[in-house]
Amino acid sequence: MLRFAAGGLAANKVRSALTMLGVLIGVASVILLLAVGNGSSVAVKESITSLGTNSLTVSAGSAYGGARGAGSAKKLTVADAKALAADTDSTAIRSVAPVVTTSGTALYGDISYSPGSIVGTYPAYFETANQKVAHGEYFTDDDVLGSRKVAVLGATTAKQLFATEDPVGKRIVLGGTPFTVVGVLEAKGGTGFTDPDDVVIAPLPTVQNVFTGFGPVNQILVQANSADTTTAAQAEVTRVLLGTHAITDPTKADFRITNQASLLTARESTTKTFTVLLGAVAAISLLVGGIGITNIMLVTVTERTREIGIRKALGAPRAVILGQFLTESTLLSVLGAGLGVAVGIAGSHFSIVGIKPVVIPESVLGAFGIAVAIGLFFGSYPANRAASLRPIDALRHE
Amino acid sequence: MRHVIDKRVPAAPPPVIQLRRITKAYGHGDAVVHALHGPEDPATGGPLGVSLDIEQGDFVAVMGSSGSGKSTLMNILGCLDVPTAGRYLLDGIDVGHLDEGQLALVRNRKIGFVFQSFNLIPRTTALAQVELPLAYAGVRAAERRRRALAALSLVGLAERAGHRPNQLSGGQQQRVAVARALVTAPAMLLADEPTGNLDSRSTEEVLDLVDALNATGRTVVLITHEDEVARHAKRVLRLVDGRIVDDVRQAPVDGPPPLLRDLGVTA
Repeated sequence: MLRFAAGGLAANKVRSALTMLGVLIGVASVILLLAVGNGSSVAVKESITSLGTNSLTVSAGSAYGGARGAGSAKKLTVADAKALAADTDSTAIRSVAPVVTTSGTALYGDISYSPGSIVGTYPAYFETANQKVAHGEYFTDDDVLGSRKVAVLGATTAKQLFATEDPVGKRIVLGGTPFTVVGVLEAKGGTGFTDPDDVVIAPLPTVQNVFTGFGPVNQILVQANSADTTTAAQAEVTRVLLGTHAITDPTKADFRITNQASLLTARESTTKTFTVLLGAVAAISLLVGGIGITNIMLVTVTERTREIGIRKALGAPRAVILGQFLTESTLLSVLGAGLGVAVGIAGSHFSIVGIKPVVIPESVLGAFGIAVAIGLFFGSYPANRAASLRPIDALRHE
Repeated sequence: MRHVIDKRVPAAPPPVIQLRRITKAYGHGDAVVHALHGPEDPATGGPLGVSLDIEQGDFVAVMGSSGSGKSTLMNILGCLDVPTAGRYLLDGIDVGHLDEGQLALVRNRKIGFVFQSFNLIPRTTALAQVELPLAYAGVRAAERRRRALAALSLVGLAERAGHRPNQLSGGQQQRVAVARALVTAPAMLLADEPTGNLDSRSTEEVLDLVDALNATGRTVVLITHEDEVARHAKRVLRLVDGRIVDDVRQAPVDGPPPLLRDLGVTA
């Protein structure tokens, strides 16, 4: 029966090929578009990890804007950070880094450049903010204690100041004070308006000394033990800071805690919607491919009406005729879907609109399965029509 | 006008075909056309239908001009079409009571068709063509092949088993069709103008084959409008306007067909 079906398809090679092309495009687009959607969601996940999934940012000011005007709001201080770090009950918090951010001009030789930001912090910052030194080294706790004039440069800043020169060990001038460059950070690559690589990081007291003075800090960066304990860590931070700020009513808190991971989870759900939309578009093209099968099988049945009549005259039962045309349409869809899977997987090796597609294995099986089912379903109408032809009408057909 | 009078001896085997007052009408209301009419009912003037018996081993030629109802008769005999009224017993089975699946089975087991336009299946080898009715009958592949080859050698085409219809001459195609018709050992061979599309040499070949088959006891019903062809039959029916107007016996049922030539064919 399979041989008959293959023979039937081979008799009209161009027509069969075009029908298969319909299914092929449908299957390939399902696989490819879902892979693109999945790829962008994987990219978001990666950017969550690069930001540090288990980091919390504490900043001054009420979460509810109204309290700010009361004037009672305390700024965050190094003491708050120390209180958090000293909290022995905590199992959720791994490390704490107070952060001051300022701006200024960096000079090297006759080159002057204003980095996006100058950050003063503790060494824990590097791990929490997922900033890795690519070349050279981090500054240490000793550098913080000694207020040493050392700095780690972001990739962009290093490139602007030094071009191809090796910055490590060189002296730059920041705010009129000479700093020694000890390390250069790995490039993170920007995803937003601000370039995360356009930064100078130095020990907190040094930056306070040169720029901001020993007042409040802008932020406290808290690292939870793991992504799962961020919620616990957030509760912990709230409890400790309410204590140090002597606030009893949590709704009147004069600080806010932002969780990077939760923001990005929201973004991830957007990409999921995007994936579903892409999948729907692809599914429609698969459906159109299925209708193509119906169309071509109807033509085939009409064309072969006489042959159906002969077979019926020879005593072919209804089921045999039905089976023959169903096999033919299913063969079309199986071949089309098989080629579609190949094209889809091959196509996913190329990056599409800046997104590296990641093939979802279920989508391959699903698209193939649906295509085969479509062949059966859309082939059943023409096959049924062939099987229910009256032999006398079929034989008379010219 | 002559009428068939049943004069069978009771001991004889039952007829392969028994038609009882068969009519076939097309269209509705005023536009009704009776393709099979039979004699008029003396009381009402309506059609009485065609009644006909065909004995086992007979060789009947049905003649008539186009529109005489011979093709309709052939379609009803071949269970390809159902009569409007009347009873049809094929090999003792009342065909009127069968559903589509059973009719397919009857066509498969009881009837071998040979058509004017050969009606071979395109792109299929002669062997596969002949195997087809056996495949529908559920015969196993090895047995199928053996019987199909035997049928092909009976029609003298054993060495052409692997050829497709477009690689065979008209006469050869018709011989493949004959092999296909007889491979299931049917009760009746039904041939609709089998030589209509053939040259005179191929016509002789095919008719000799049919003669030989009838000589071995196969019942043959052959539809034709050529007198040359009808001369091969033992009995000739003539149809005009859906009525049997002439019924001539040219040779006894249990004898050889009148024009049988010794071909050395053995069934």
